[in-house]
Amino acid sequence: MNTSGIVRIVRIVRIALSVVVVVSMSALVLLGLVVAPPDRFQGDAQRLMYLHVPAAWVAYLAFATTSLMSALYLWHRTRRRRWDRLAAASAELGVLFTVLTLALGSLWGRPVWGVWWTWDARLITTTVLLFLYVGYLAIRRIPASEEVRARRNAIAALVAFVDVPVVHFSVVWWRTLHQQATVVTPELDPQIEGAMAAALLVGVLAFTALFFRLLWARYELAVHVDRLDADVVADAVRRRRATATDSVLQEVSA
Amino acid sequence: MSVVGGFPVLAGVDLDLSAGEIVLLTGGNGAGKTSLLRVIAGLAPVTSGEATAFGYDLARPPRAHRGRVVFVGGDAGCYEALTVRRNLELYAAASRQAPAELLGAAVDLGLEVQLDVPFGRLSTGQRQRCALAIGLARRADLFLLDEPHSGLDERGRDLIDRTVVDAAAGGAIVVVVSHELERARRIATAEIVVSGGVCGSKKEIS
Amino acid sequence: MSSSHARLTAAGFTSQIATVARKDLEIEARTGVAAGRMVPFAGILVVLFAIALDPDSGLLPRLAPGLFWIAVLLSALMAITRSFALEREHRAGEGLIGAGLDPAAMFLGKAAAIAVELLTLELLVGSTMVVLYEVSRPGAVIVAACLLLASAGIACAGTLYGALTIAGDGRDSLLAVLLLPALVPLMVAATRAFEIAVDVGTGTATTWVGLLGVFAAIYASLGSLTFASLIEET
Repeated sequence: MNTSGIVRIVRIVRIALSVVVVVSMSALVLLGLVVAPPDRFQGDAQRLMYLHVPAAWVAYLAFATTSLMSALYLWHRTRRRRWDRLAAASAELGVLFTVLTLALGSLWGRPVWGVWWTWDARLITTTVLLFLYVGYLAIRRIPASEEVRARRNAIAALVAFVDVPVVHFSVVWWRTLHQQATVVTPELDPQIEGAMAAALLVGVLAFTALFFRLLWARYELAVHVDRLDADVVADAVRRRRATATDSVLQEVSA
Repeated sequence: MSVVGGFPVLAGVDLDLSAGEIVLLTGGNGAGKTSLLRVIAGLAPVTSGEATAFGYDLARPPRAHRGRVVFVGGDAGCYEALTVRRNLELYAAASRQAPAELLGAAVDLGLEVQLDVPFGRLSTGQRQRCALAIGLARRADLFLLDEPHSGLDERGRDLIDRTVVDAAAGGAIVVVVSHELERARRIATAEIVVSGGVCGSKKEIS
Repeated sequence: MSSSHARLTAAGFTSQIATVARKDLEIEARTGVAAGRMVPFAGILVVLFAIALDPDSGLLPRLAPGLFWIAVLLSALMAITRSFALEREHRAGEGLIGAGLDPAAMFLGKAAAIAVELLTLELLVGSTMVVLYEVSRPGAVIVAACLLLASAGIACAGTLYGALTIAGDGRDSLLAVLLLPALVPLMVAATRAFEIAVDVGTGTATTWVGLLGVFAAIYASLGSLTFASLIEET
């Protein structure tokens, strides 16, 4: 298949994905705000769950994506710059959705538990995840040659990938051994009714589609930025060569 | 081509070196001579183009060729708080040689008295000699020397020259950056002019 | 011409680790840079904590385990920064690697030296806290195991994150931002173990000490595997 054929297909897929996002988000709003009934105990505040749970899912999905992209970059047989760019894009989205998760959870917690925050194991782990994400993005900005930076980024992501389960495990262990009586564990009522379950499912689907659409957009932006940077370098090379003595330049072009 | 920190230190190099050659790099300040040495040593990046040494691709880490390369540059690579002797012992442990080899080289270069002096208290010339002792005592297939004669007396410079010639005779490649043009041209087999990050062609010296 | 990068035997590898550790500790013994920063810093933290928590409130003995580890973690940042700064003077670290030092050996050696420095600091801070905060005498076995494994864990994670975050020119402000979140599991385990040791906690310490061991093992492995790639900072 020729290049323009591939370009056409890519465009179509991208538009299709955007449509899926719009449609599923609309469905989510409809189901979550209107169709699903209010919760018996939590009232309308429970509707925040239709956003919070999908957001949390995407936060961890983004994390897994960054880790996978990083692994692909490190393995020499699949090493391509695109994995590094995707890892970065995914991490940025990860920060966004992690903050969203924590904020939505907090908004939900206030009316339902009466507190803005609790030292629940999952909350602690998610907060640490946020720190590691932000740290990863900061590491990406440390100056070095392209190849060195990409490898460092990939290793940083994979070290974080190992770290999060260790954090989770240790914190869960700790919190279950030291039961704090006043904390209400944020378990969802397992017997969720049809419409509520549907809203939740649509929420997860919608957010996942949104994640991939945003990832795509961010990746393309990164490609453009890299092209611009390459232009800057080419320009610098031209100016550098201009300082060479004529005799040397003659020999080079000869 | 080599871009470091956004600055293209090398903007176009086309080089081919083979065993037994002693190549002299000349050119003005900031021309890129030291950068070229660092690229060959695997200490500076190859941003574009091809570069191989002993069959190893210099553009991709790990720079596996480094075991066969000795680079003696502006930084002596020693710890100020430790004595010369301790530093040499460290390098002997790193390259798995007998410490006596490096200590012997240091003595040959006139550092016998300084062996138990902390590196931080040495003069510039003495530090240079220390770096040379470490570098030249190693067996390697490629020697990259950045201004090896600076800070040395006549005897020291002769010793450097002798070591360079011996190494090349043994099949190593030696690339030297030096402003001691007369002396260097006497032992060099070829000369390359570097300017504006670009190399001229290799000119044989008879 | 033989290559000086031939495969290291296990004995050779261990010997290189020891060489690096010895070098770092020798330099520290002669210059005292790390100690000169860590000890006063930890000392003032001990005082500040007491001021913040009001000695009369009776909280200090209860909170001592956590405060101890916070002081240790923050001081460790200095030890790690110093460890890397050391290799930058005259590009000594680069030189040794170029001469054939195994990067994994350098990682483990430097981590070992940092661990020793931390242990020394911990003994100092610990005994000071026992006196100043009126903490009950802790069980020696738990404390010893805890200190050893935690120091190893902090040192290994610290050296790895040091390699990740310290740029070629020495800017090390990112180290704290990344290392401290990553040390959360260690903080949890070490604090809980100490609480049990001074009788303010519940449960058995063996599980926490075990977690410390796992943490140290994970970071020792991760660091050994990745250090070579990370210090290629051309």
